[in-house]
Amino acid sequence: MTPAVEFRAVSRHFGSTRAVDAVDLIVPEGSFFAMLGPSGSGKTTCLRLISGFEKPTSGEIRIFGENSGETPPHLRHVNTVFQDYALFPHLSVLDNVAYGLMVRGVDRRTRHARAEELLALVHLDGYGPRKPAQLSGGQRQRVALARALINEPRVLLLDEPLGALDLKLREAMQDELKALQQRLGITFIFVTHDQTEALSMADRLAVFNAGKIAQIGTPEDIYARPATRFVADFVGSSNVLPPAVTQAIGGPARWSSLRPEAVRLVPPDGAALTGRVTATRYLGGATRVTVATGRHQAPDERGYIGPGDAADLGVLIPTGQPVPALGDRTGLTFDPAALHLMDGA
Amino acid sequence: MPRSLSAVLPPRGLADRLTALFWRRPNLLLVLLLAPPLLWLGVVYLGSLAALLLQSFYSIDEFSGLVVREFTLKTYAELLRPSNYDVILRTLLMSAAVTVASVIIAFPIAYMAARYAKGRWKAVFYLGIMLPLWSSYLVKVYAWKLILAKEGILTWAAERTHTQWLIDAALSLPYVGGNSLSTSFIGTFLVFTYVWLPFMILPMQASLERVPASLLEASADLGATPARTFRTVTLPLALPGIIAGSIFTFSLTMGDYIIPQIIGTSANFIGMAVYQLQGTAGNIPLAAAFAVVPIVIMLIYLQLAKRAGAFDAL
Repeated sequence: MTPAVEFRAVSRHFGSTRAVDAVDLIVPEGSFFAMLGPSGSGKTTCLRLISGFEKPTSGEIRIFGENSGETPPHLRHVNTVFQDYALFPHLSVLDNVAYGLMVRGVDRRTRHARAEELLALVHLDGYGPRKPAQLSGGQRQRVALARALINEPRVLLLDEPLGALDLKLREAMQDELKALQQRLGITFIFVTHDQTEALSMADRLAVFNAGKIAQIGTPEDIYARPATRFVADFVGSSNVLPPAVTQAIGGPARWSSLRPEAVRLVPPDGAALTGRVTATRYLGGATRVTVATGRHQAPDERGYIGPGDAADLGVLIPTGQPVPALGDRTGLTFDPAALHLMDGA
Repeated sequence: MPRSLSAVLPPRGLADRLTALFWRRPNLLLVLLLAPPLLWLGVVYLGSLAALLLQSFYSIDEFSGLVVREFTLKTYAELLRPSNYDVILRTLLMSAAVTVASVIIAFPIAYMAARYAKGRWKAVFYLGIMLPLWSSYLVKVYAWKLILAKEGILTWAAERTHTQWLIDAALSLPYVGGNSLSTSFIGTFLVFTYVWLPFMILPMQASLERVPASLLEASADLGATPARTFRTVTLPLALPGIIAGSIFTFSLTMGDYIIPQIIGTSANFIGMAVYQLQGTAGNIPLAAAFAVVPIVIMLIYLQLAKRAGAFDAL
């Protein structure tokens, strides 16, 4: 099957800045694909390369097998939900949604009828006559979605679509977007810096770092088997262990990651690994306990404390099980199979 | 610093007491700040406008030349006499032509400045627009007289480049043409456009700057060609700025009495008529009635613009 989007050694340089640097990427058709990374990592530039707002410095961009790097945005069968929604302030909600049909010369009756259908799809029936300024952030987001879908794109691009929404609304929209994507069966590519959002929504994701893809895979792959230290750090919640610590707990001298739910607390006497509880954080379903093990190096002349063989290990204790108090000494044990080795980059 | 048990610090002087007073009564500060400008605007400015309006309803006694302080519409009726009506029509057409030309010339400049000029280039832009405004208006107008005169710079340049025929063709046009550029309506028009152009560029640039680039991208993303995006997004959103600029160019042209005196056919414009009527002729009521004309025209213009949806994007 032809992939929806394919990058072959695509680079986009701005002067001496390599925003996107020789990226190879395949987005399968019908997938919900996330581009995850910190700001400035090149994920948004990748999205803009697909929509056509940026031209690649070198490399080849294929959309459904067609070389599209030189095609202007208005001739690409790809639509975007913009980060700031970019709704036209002088047009009504209905005319905003119908815009894509209007510029294609569809008559007023037909395009308004179709726009009403799309407004219903995003649960905004009856909001057509309003102006965008009269809507809440969540409603604007839905209008932007309906507007981008009216041309029936084969690929929908979403640039930090939920970034401006509050937590509760964001979670509701996550479910809704996912359901919408499954219903429409088109490819969604979305950019986000929120790990939880990427892991929970996407069926494949690419983690970006400094213009390159650090890892690409399923959320499971990324979370449980991060390829590099950067991915483990960025995706977060996992314990990232420097080589000395990996060695101290019985592994080879390499960077590794250890999921907090794979670590258990045991009585300190006779335990291979011991430490002191330095923080506890109640998360609802579980409590995250931080245990400091080993020794920190003495601060150097700049006041910087090196890692030494010390590590703060996060441990997840399901609610209902006893939680140690701050300052308690405790032993630690873990499933050796859960220790995942990775690149130090 | 000694540790005080009280959570309230003692005032350190008059400034602290005043600040505290204003903090407790924010309206007091507002009144103090607004009173002088409101007095100026309300009494001096609007007051004199009302006086002007009032005078226009008086008339002049044809024998004694004295102002008759009785309400009458006679003076307004006089505006409709062919010689006066011509002045109004001429001024209106000139203002419209200057405004249209200013919009056409200003738009690309404002667009480039708003979309592409960054940092140093933005400074160059502002300097380029403002610099002509720093020199005296009279100096600029006389400079233009030299440029446009029959033996002037433009004719000289046209001779050197063998484009004399272009100027001749323009001057042979009926009504707007004439003996030389500096004594024709074309000359008046050119100078008006030059002098008022900055007043069109600046508000236009400000309104274009407020159009987020993402709107233009969204339009292209949805399939609009650049020309289409210009028509359906850029232009409607820039319209309030264009209207603001046209208010300047239109009303400044309507009221000006110096440029048509120095450059052109010496045919009367509203500003010149007002100047002569209140000065040498001593016909204050007719001068006032003339002065009301631009105000009325501007009000009608704004009404039309509003009805056409020019301010929907505000």
